[in-house]
Amino acid sequence: MKVIGNELQIKGIVASIDRDNIDTDQIIPTEYLKSIKKFGFEDYLFDGWRYLDDGKLGISKNERKINHEFVLNQEPYTQANILLTRDNFGCGSSREHAVWALRDFGIRVVIASSFGDIFYNNCFKNGVLPVKLSKDQIEEIFKAEVGEMSVSLDSKKIEFNNTYQYEFEVEDNLLERIVLGLDDVDMTLKYKNDIKLFEELRKKEKPWIYADE
Amino acid sequence: MPNTLYDKLWNEHHIKTLDSGESLIYIDRQYLHEVTSPQAFEGLSKKGLLPWRLGANIATPDHNVPTERGDSFTVENISDDISKIQVVELDKNCNKFGIKQFDITSANQGIVHVIGPELGYTLPGMTIVCGDSHTSTHGAFGCLAMGIGTSEVEHVLATQTLKVSKLLNMKVIFEGTPQRGVSSKDIVLFLIGEIGTAGGNGHAIEFSGSYIESISMEARMTICNMAIEAGAKVGLIATDSTTIDYVKEHSPLSVDDLALAQKHWNNLFSDKEAIFDKEIVIDISQIKPQVTWGTSPEMVVDYDAGLPELSMQTEANKKNIELAKNYMGIKEGEKLTDLEFDRVFIGSCTNSRIEDLREAASVIKGRIVSEKITEAIVVPGSGMVKAQAEAEGLDKIFKDAGFIWRDPGCSMCLGMNPDQLKPYERCASTSNRNFEGRQGNLGRTHLMSPVMAAHTAINGVIGDLS
Repeated sequence: MKVIGNELQIKGIVASIDRDNIDTDQIIPTEYLKSIKKFGFEDYLFDGWRYLDDGKLGISKNERKINHEFVLNQEPYTQANILLTRDNFGCGSSREHAVWALRDFGIRVVIASSFGDIFYNNCFKNGVLPVKLSKDQIEEIFKAEVGEMSVSLDSKKIEFNNTYQYEFEVEDNLLERIVLGLDDVDMTLKYKNDIKLFEELRKKEKPWIYADE
Repeated sequence: MPNTLYDKLWNEHHIKTLDSGESLIYIDRQYLHEVTSPQAFEGLSKKGLLPWRLGANIATPDHNVPTERGDSFTVENISDDISKIQVVELDKNCNKFGIKQFDITSANQGIVHVIGPELGYTLPGMTIVCGDSHTSTHGAFGCLAMGIGTSEVEHVLATQTLKVSKLLNMKVIFEGTPQRGVSSKDIVLFLIGEIGTAGGNGHAIEFSGSYIESISMEARMTICNMAIEAGAKVGLIATDSTTIDYVKEHSPLSVDDLALAQKHWNNLFSDKEAIFDKEIVIDISQIKPQVTWGTSPEMVVDYDAGLPELSMQTEANKKNIELAKNYMGIKEGEKLTDLEFDRVFIGSCTNSRIEDLREAASVIKGRIVSEKITEAIVVPGSGMVKAQAEAEGLDKIFKDAGFIWRDPGCSMCLGMNPDQLKPYERCASTSNRNFEGRQGNLGRTHLMSPVMAAHTAINGVIGDLS
């Protein structure tokens, strides 16, 4: 299931990583892309920063050398479900495994001043909400040393420390996909006939595209 | 209304606007490889669906495959059991659904973005997707090509469409003649240094200008390949006679089909009056060879320049630069020319085509790899590139110099196969990403052109371009 659980409010612990350009290789290194499953990536999230040794697919965190300096290894952030970071989070590779790793660890919201395009898209297909705020707002949240935060999906607001409140923008249809856990394939197949008609016409007009079929 | 090339491709493939405001666009071609497809095939099976249009899909294993295979290598010979499962899974899925695959034993196997164009599966004006961000490569042919996630791979398999919102238009104009020893890799690295790795976010970048018109398809592919490193999932170049000559040479299309297609392809350019949301002009005649020093492709400088000094930075920048310098083992005040290299990698979907190998070989010829370099490898992008290089005797030039001549695959571009850096090893690499750990845990990657990598192999350091 991709569903977050019809919740319109996400409350929880905010872990922060004060860096720009955190790429998907950092979120999950290539070694773990060897999995043919869609789940079970929680132990490999931020692998290069979370551990002091080199990991392999199938080796759990209990067998690894933990880097206690890294935020997700410190209490209470082992239970974090909101991640705060800087600019261009999720740049680089298209690997959906990056979102699967965040989701499997329990991260439901990622807050950044911008995101890699492909990563941003992948988030909504897996119940992870990417929240874009301005660089100034991000700076304020870092300074406020926020512990817990509440993210409202219906009013598109985040609130913390009883004083701060920021509105964020996200397309309704994308948000809906998170809340309702809709499946894109099922939705698109409703337009089967439109696709067929389009394809028939294309075959006639541009036969070379279908030459080897 | 005047349209950009991206607008034209978008309009041509637009099926309908959905209630959500997104669009359903038709996909002509999907490339598949072993890493991002298994979960998509599983999803398809679970829904009891079959691929919408089998012939749209072309598969090959590239990320996991070992590059020391030799003759009569089969999937059973992959020694890493987990890698083997993924390659076997691709075999199984392609057999089960009837998808055309150039498997590990095929003479045409190779990096998906190398084999697509050279086997004529990438044609101008197509929409092309693949579960790999470097799909932007195919934009060099006037295609709307982009990397997608695994959920979208499944969506395209099942529906032959993508559900997307339209991107903004950005135009990058490269004017001028490059200095000697400067290649398309240097030009695109320079651009990334200028606009940053988020500079193209939300945009399709069209590359144009007299420089683009003057270069080969191979060089154009290198530039579009790196569009994603500038944040743009789509990179594009207008179709011209260079494109059409390449396609005629590589495509199996009949004369009639080609003639019909060419009429359409001749229209694949941005209209003169077309409006772009962003426009950048770069005089490339001033650009020197570029080499990255840090852990993001935007951390790039002239090969002989000083690196950003911490004392000169804003607080926000300081932290990023300090982290990168620490990771890369670069002391404050050191330049790229002060660093000693351990490994050299010539390959990847960015720089493993025949022209790249010719350029590197022209530097290597009659010389010997430095004793400081523990391993220098050349990994041709495909079986076809390998055979062509061998026919030209390039393999001999590399081997005589002390390079290892490998079999096709993604190799050391990413740590998924046996070709990896050991911790703290410093590598001169023609690949596309210098992210932490990209080439192996704690490995240090410096991105550069094949020519610069060849010089670095000979000298063990960066600097001497003679």
